[in-house]
Formats: sequence, structure tokens, C-alpha cells
Amino acid sequence: MATNNYPTPMLDVLEEGPWPSFITGFKKLRDEHPDERIRNVINGLMGQLEHSYETKMGYWKGGTISVFGYGGGIIPRFSEVGHMFPESKEFHTLRVQPPAGNYYTTDMLRQLADSWEKWGSGLQTFHGQTGNIMFIGANSVNFQHFFDEINEYGWDLGGAGPCVRTGMSCVGAARCEMSNCNEHAIHRRLMNNFTDDVHRPALPYKFKFKVSGCPNDCQNAIERADFAVIGTWRDEMKVNQEAVKEMIMKKAKEIGKEGDRSAGRQYMFDNVISRCPTQAIKLNDDDTITVDNGNCVRCMHCLNVMPKALQVGDDKGVTILIGGKRTLKIGDLMGTVVIPFMKLDNEEDYERIVELAASIIDFWAENGLEHERCGEMIERIGLVNFLEGIGIDPDPNMIKQPRNVSYVRTDGWDEAAEAWFNRKREEKAAA
Amino acid sequence: MAAPEMRDPIESGCPDGFQYMHPVMRRNYGLWAYHEDPRPGVLVHVSKTGEKIWTVRAGTQRILDVFTLRKLMDIGDTYGDGYVHFTIRSNIEFQVADGAKVEPLVKALEDAGFPVGGTRNSVTSLSHTQGWLHCDIPGTDASGVVKSMMDELLPEFKAWNMPNRVHITTSCCQINCGGQGDIAINVQHVKPPKINHALVGNVCERPSVVARCPVAAIRPAMVDGKPSLEVDEKKCICCGACYPPCPPMQINDHQYTQLAIWIGGNHSNARGKPTFQRLVAAGIPNNPPRWPEATAIVKKILECYKAGAKDWERINEWVERIGWPRFFEVTGLPFTKYHIDNWRGARANLNSSTHIRF
Repeated sequence: MATNNYPTPMLDVLEEGPWPSFITGFKKLRDEHPDERIRNVINGLMGQLEHSYETKMGYWKGGTISVFGYGGGIIPRFSEVGHMFPESKEFHTLRVQPPAGNYYTTDMLRQLADSWEKWGSGLQTFHGQTGNIMFIGANSVNFQHFFDEINEYGWDLGGAGPCVRTGMSCVGAARCEMSNCNEHAIHRRLMNNFTDDVHRPALPYKFKFKVSGCPNDCQNAIERADFAVIGTWRDEMKVNQEAVKEMIMKKAKEIGKEGDRSAGRQYMFDNVISRCPTQAIKLNDDDTITVDNGNCVRCMHCLNVMPKALQVGDDKGVTILIGGKRTLKIGDLMGTVVIPFMKLDNEEDYERIVELAASIIDFWAENGLEHERCGEMIERIGLVNFLEGIGIDPDPNMIKQPRNVSYVRTDGWDEAAEAWFNRKREEKAAA
Repeated sequence: MAAPEMRDPIESGCPDGFQYMHPVMRRNYGLWAYHEDPRPGVLVHVSKTGEKIWTVRAGTQRILDVFTLRKLMDIGDTYGDGYVHFTIRSNIEFQVADGAKVEPLVKALEDAGFPVGGTRNSVTSLSHTQGWLHCDIPGTDASGVVKSMMDELLPEFKAWNMPNRVHITTSCCQINCGGQGDIAINVQHVKPPKINHALVGNVCERPSVVARCPVAAIRPAMVDGKPSLEVDEKKCICCGACYPPCPPMQINDHQYTQLAIWIGGNHSNARGKPTFQRLVAAGIPNNPPRWPEATAIVKKILECYKAGAKDWERINEWVERIGWPRFFEVTGLPFTKYHIDNWRGARANLNSSTHIRF
């Protein structure tokens, strides 16, 4: 064990307690790793982190660094206290795009660990808040070698800066009965169509794609993605009436009233029937349920409670919401419905979603201000200007309620109304 | 001297996850019928073909050293089928096709110090940011806050005690990369930036810094004969947005950085529509290495939620049902002028009815 380690009295406290300790992991690298370079880097890192804990300040500065041929994908970090902790004075993070859906084999992760150990600090995270694998801690020479090595066997950098960012998709059709689309195909089609925009930041600000296979939105797409794809269906949900009956008796048993049918029914009233946001589900006297599918808003609650009894329908597709984002600059914004429903079954459908994304990014690149997210632009110019810019017709599913202030010019009303009736006629003819 | 030969990148983009999925998942892609929860941290999914796949979920420290990563992989090879998946809260999941493997896998994970849990109505791992470990604008640490909090919340991770799932997040500045959560612990700065006027003119692109301010509090100014920027301190909301593009406008301060707690962020559409989190507590000491004051408030909120909410109610729904006055009453948290929204659109957050509980 090295004796010249920086003392870390405050960090040592974080080794106590039952939850896995990142400090214990750091120390193992610092004290036991065969490579002296890694031992030293982690020692420096721990010294600086201890210093942050003691002074309650952060000491990393950004900069500009990228691999040859790209303009992004690396988060450069130079220490402001490099004179005190020279071993880790350059500590850059490589953002690497995970496979769609975050699926790995143990072999792949070992291979990545072997490469990272060769060139970096030996620390990595699955995953950062954007969705990247983060390889944390390479110096200004080695990051290129590490990238070259993993790029040869199939990995590529994600986005950093004003560019299309790494996408995210939920566990999806691979392991979830709620899935309504091929989340991973959508994720890859969208991302890999914009590879150039990922690697060469030239947009007003970041642009994120996230895909959730159902309205439970496990990827937090509506609140965090500029382009949120949410799986949904538009026909009837499937009801297995036998499983409903089974569920009633099972619930009675769970709450300690085995065989008491009315206790099970009460659970259903309290937890399913009365929780439906549109009162679209009814429990009948014979313990079957009736669903008013025309008023079901696909909130997912009843399916979550009774995954065995209720299932999503067959006519599946996606809803697309645009403009979700976090706080900077004008406050948090949710995405807005721009495409209430579209099918994603065949090649043509996939081309359509990619075209939609391209037209949105182009319009925003043209009209967004510097450092303005797509949703902020929509807030500034109004949804209608945005819709006209990307060639999408207005739809009542885009709003919670119509405008309430009477100060509005309506001199194009007749044409707009006519366009609406024409669209309705066309839809009817096409159906 | 000739320039060194550089290698052109292969722009392969996002890898195909399909090839890395468990074969049972590949075979049954899109064919799952339902799932059951045999115990906290374990799921079993049943396909329409009759095949089953078990998932075992465990908490990690999120930032993994290669030794820990290999230990997890060893467990995956010895007790699992060699396939893993990560959730967005950095839980690791092992998939196995044989139910008999579940218990030994759970035991191996627990023995190695990785708690199994975090499914259904438990408190799952915190999603969080980088903090002092890597961020360039952190007001506090992230990994340390999370470690301290999860040490205390471990029983809630490993059991199904909560009315519904609980997502907790932390963020080390007000940009809030950690995102929306049922409970979010975020930094609040309480003092405008300290400006080093000697450096601003040379370091910062002043117009873009002016444009970055959400409340238009920054103006160009000449200070000591040098071009610089000044801040209207009455307008300033201490968000720190000017600091990344202009480091001489230092927002972080060991004394004036506190934590705040927000509740009710919920990104699901289940029952209600997605919601943003709301401020409930601020002025909490930024107190490394354990941040006990923040954890105590989180535990108090969880305790009240557990006692007061109905099955399936998320925190936002519970508060919506009982009303905010009651929330402050049961948690014992003070209600102050800082809770009253004054951002754009604030009036939509005020009560314009006589719906009042007495």
C-alpha cells in the first residue's frame, strides 16, 4: 500500500453504512490496482474531492477537447487546483453511446473495462443523465487512444454541447408487456440518422430524443426530451375477464380476507374503477369489467394494477411530443403533443418519423436563438408558427383547452375552417 | 516535422442493443403477456409463448471502478446468464431464464454488498449528477449525498412499504440535470455571483452572458476602466446560469450554497398527467460528508407519505388530495413567501377558488 496517499478523513466517512460505497471502490483502485498510473490518478482525484468536501467548492474547469474528426462527445475537465493534486489535473470524460435499451453482455463490459484500464482512470458510470456511458478520467493524450480502441470494436461517442444528444429508450418490447412499439429500432433510426449532428455541434443548443414504449414514460421523455416518442394504441384494450375474477379473489387474500369476494371487489373499486381519470372502466355484478374505450386516455393505471387481466390493444403506434426540457433558461417545460398518433409498422413509417425529426431540427436550427432549446423557441414564437414551419396541421389533441383571451385576430377564419373540413373529408375517405 | 497520422473515426453511432439481449428476450420480443413480482427486486415476465424471464435488480454506487464492474460481471457469469441491463437510475439488472437461479443470484449480490430491491412500490436508487467529482459548476457533491441518503433509505429500497413507487433525484446546481422526482434535492445559491472584473473582458463573450440571464439582471459595464459585466442584485435569482459561460462570475460559495427539497415531480401519465416538482423546503445546510439535515427532511416526507397516502398514489397525487396546507401541517415544514410562485405564468399556481379545507 502506498504511503504517500492524500489524507481523506471526510471521504472515509462515506465508507460507512450499508449502501455500496463509491469511496471504497476508489480506494481499491488507488491502493490495489497493478498500474501505477491509475493508482496515482485516483490518489489525486481523491485528494481533490476531499479538498472540495473540506472547502465546499468545486474545482473543475471546462475547455475544448475532442477526438480527431469530431467536435464533441468529450467533457473536458482541467483542475483549478492542479498544483496541489497534479496526478489528476486533466480528468476528461468520454461520453459513449450505449446500445439502444441499455442491454449488455458481461463480455462486452469486460472488454470495455480492459480498454478503459489501459488508457483511463478505471472509473465509469452506467449511465449519465443524458443516457451515455461515462468513462470518467482520461488525460489529454490518452482519450484519443481509448476512443480509437473502442471505436474499432463498435462503440461511438455521444453528444456534448449544442448538438443532437445521445438518445434513450426504455426496456421496451424486449421485456415489457406494456410496449406498443419497437423502441430500440426507433431509437437507433432517429439517432443514427443524425450522426453528423451528434458529433459536430452546430445547433442552437442540445436536442434530445427519448423513447418510452407506453404512457408510463419510464424514460421521462415528456419532461426531458425535445423529441419524445411515446408508444400507445388506438383500438380497444384487451380484457381477460377470467383474470379479472382471479384478481378479485387474489386481492381479497392479499388483504387478509381470503374467499371474501366483496373485499376483493372493494379493492377494485378503490384502486382501479375510481382511479380512472375519465371514468371509463366499470366493474359489473358478475366480476367482469366493461371498458369505455372511446373515453380511455391510455393513462396505463388499470394495466399497471392488473397486468395479467388487461393488455394494450393491437392497433399500436406512437404519440410524439416536442419541446420538453429542464430548467435553463425560462423554466421547465413539458413536451407538447405535435403528432397525436402515427403508425410505425413499415419502412415508410420509419422514414416519416425521421423526416419529421429532420424538419423540426432544421426549422429550429434556422429560427432558434443561441442557447435556446426547441421548446423555448415554441414558447417564444407560438405553437402555430412552429406547426406552419414544419408543415403540420393543427389538431385539438395538441391543446388542453382553447385560448381564453379575446384579443386575437381571426381574419383568416373561413379558410382555416374550410381546411379543417377538407381534412376531415379526406380522413373519412381514406378510412 | 510532418503532422502525425490521425485515424478517422468510424461513425457507427448507437449500437444495436438487440444482439446483446438475453436470447429469451430476443425470441419473445414484443410477445410479453404479463409480469409478476415474486419479491422486492425480482420480476418475472411471462410471454405469450409460455417462456419466462426473471429479472433481479440491484443497487450500485453508480460510479463504478473496474474492480466493482468486474465483480458484477463475475456474478452475472457465475449466477446469471451473462446478460445485464441498466435502469435509468443506475440499478443493474440481471436476466435469467431459469427461476431456480434467482435465489442464488440474489444471495450472491447481497453477499457482495449490492442490495436487491428497487422495484414496484419501493424507494429506488437516486438518479443524480456528478457533483464535485466532475462537474464544472457544482454547488455540492452528488455521489456523497446519494450514498448518505441511501444508507438511511436502504430498508425502503429492499421492501414494498410505500403507497407507490418513489423516485428521488439530486442536482448539484439549479440547472437541475438530476431532473424531476417525487422528491428532488437540489442546490440553491442564496447570493448573487461574485465578479472578478479584471478577468471578465478577456474571458467572457459578454453579449452571450447577458443573453443567458433568465431575469435580464446582467448589464455590460465599465469597471475600473475595463469592460466587464454588472449584476442588478435585486433582480438576480442566484441561478448560476451566467457562471458556465463566464467563470469570473463565481456563483459557488462555501457559505451561501444551500440545499432545497422539491416534491411531486412525476413523469408518468398514469391516473393524472405528468407533473413538475414543487418547492417545499429550502435553506438546508450544505453539509458534507453526510448532509444529515437534508436526509432528515426526506425521511420525514416519506414517513408522512407512507402514513397518509392511499395505495397507488404518488407523492404529487397524495398532496393534491389532501391539499398543500395539510402537507405543511403534517410534515411540520414552514410555509414561507418563497413557496409562492412569481415566475412567468405564476398566477396559474395561485388559488382562484374557494376550495379550501378547514
